[in-house]
Amino acid sequence: MGVVTPGFTGRAHSGDPRLPPGQYLARDFPVLSAGPTPRVRTDDWEFTVVTESGEKRAWSWRELLALPSEKFTVDIHCVTQWSKLDTRWRGVRVETLIGDLTTSADYVMARSYGGYTTNLPLADLLDGQAWVAYEYNGKPLTPEHGGPARLLVPHLYFWKSAKWVRGLQLTTKDDPGFWETAGYHDYGDPWREQRYQGD
Amino acid sequence: MAGTAVSGRLAWRVARLAEARVETPTARTLVFDIPGWPGHLAGQHVDVRLTAADGYTAQRSYSLAAPADGDRVELTVQRVPDGEVSEHLTGRYAVGDPVEIRGPVGGWFVWRPADPAPVLLVAGGSGIVPLMAMIRARRAAGSKALFRLVYSLRTPAERYYAEELRRPVAGLDVTYVYTRELPEGQPGIPRRIGVATLNTAGWPADFGATSYVCGPTGFVETVADILLALGHDPHTIRTERFGPSRD
Repeated sequence: MGVVTPGFTGRAHSGDPRLPPGQYLARDFPVLSAGPTPRVRTDDWEFTVVTESGEKRAWSWRELLALPSEKFTVDIHCVTQWSKLDTRWRGVRVETLIGDLTTSADYVMARSYGGYTTNLPLADLLDGQAWVAYEYNGKPLTPEHGGPARLLVPHLYFWKSAKWVRGLQLTTKDDPGFWETAGYHDYGDPWREQRYQGD
Repeated sequence: MAGTAVSGRLAWRVARLAEARVETPTARTLVFDIPGWPGHLAGQHVDVRLTAADGYTAQRSYSLAAPADGDRVELTVQRVPDGEVSEHLTGRYAVGDPVEIRGPVGGWFVWRPADPAPVLLVAGGSGIVPLMAMIRARRAAGSKALFRLVYSLRTPAERYYAEELRRPVAGLDVTYVYTRELPEGQPGIPRRIGVATLNTAGWPADFGATSYVCGPTGFVETVADILLALGHDPHTIRTERFGPSRD
C-alpha cells in the first residue's frame, strides 16, 4: 500500500470490475490531442495499407463505407485516467482492410492526417480486436474525436486509437510513434497500467 | 533536466506539502518537497496519487506551475465540483501531509529555454498553469525570447498569479480577455477571444512563433482554428485540453 494521505477518504468506491487500476469513470467524453484538429473532407479522404515490401491497398471514403462494417460496444481507457464503459461505434475491422495482403510484419505504424503516429503489434489489430471506426453513438464521428475515421483498439490505452487515421504501415521493426517517443509506454495495456516507458 | 524521453520506470516519490497559497477562491497553489526530484521542463505534468487509510487510491494528472528548482515542485490545483482528488488538495490537505507524485511526463507541450523563437501563450482559465511555468522558466533562464500571453477568463477574481503577472517584464506582453465581467473601471464589454484578439495580441504568421494553447476543449478548438485561419502552420501550434467536448 502507498503512503496514506491523512484525511483522504476518496469518493464512494465504485469497485466496478470493468475499470482497470487507476482509472475513474468519465461522465463526458474528454478530448485530447497534441495540436489543432485536422478537418479532413471525406471527398479528399483516403486510407492506405502498405506492407513491408511496398504492396499497397487504398480506399476512398465511399469505398470504405461499402466494405462490410459492424456495430460494436466497447469500454475505452485513456492514460489520463478516465474510462468510459459501453461506448457504441461502427466501423470496419482492420483484418478486413489487411485482407489478402502478404506480410511477415509483426508491427504496424498507424499514421494520421496532421502527422500523428502510433505503433502497435499487428496481432493486436486482428481477430476482431480493432476497427477503423467512423460512427460514434449512431452519428458520424466528429472531427474533435478523430472524424471522419479513427483507429479503435479498445484493449489498449486510447492514444493507440489514432484519430484522423489515414493509413497503416506494416513493418518488421517496432519503431516508437509520437507519444511513445515522448515517454509513453510502447504497448499501453490499461490492465497492467503501462502508462509510461518502463511501466 | 529531463530530456524528451523518460528513461527507466517512473518512480512514485513521496512528496510533502511545504507551502500553500490561495490563488483564487477555487484554486490553490501547492509547493511540495520531493527528495530526489529529477527536474523537469516547463509544460510537463505529473501524476499525483492519494491513498486512503483503507488502501483506496485515486490519481490525477496536474501541470507543473513552475520550472525545476531543486527538490521543489509547484502545482496549482483548481477545485472541480465533486472532484475527489482536487477537493482534498484544495481543502483539507495541509502542510506536512504526504502524497505520492511521479513524473515528469510529456515531451511535446514543453518550452526549452534555449529556443530563441517568439512564443504565443494562449490560456483559457486554469490552462494558465503550464504556460506560467514557461513564463517563469524564461525569467529563470534569462531568455530573451519574445513572449506574448493572451489569458482568457470569466472574471478578474479568477486570475491566477495576479500579482506576479501585474509586474512588467521586458519581452513579455500580457493581454487579458474577460468573458463575463471586466475589471472595475475598464471600458468595453466582456467578450470571448476572437480573430481580432489573436491578430492584435498574437504574432504574425510569418514570424516563426510557436504557439502553446491550453484550456477547456471548446476554447482550445476555437483558438487553434483561429490561428490556422490567420495562417499559422499547424505544426507550430501545440495544444493541451481538458474537460469534455461540445457534443
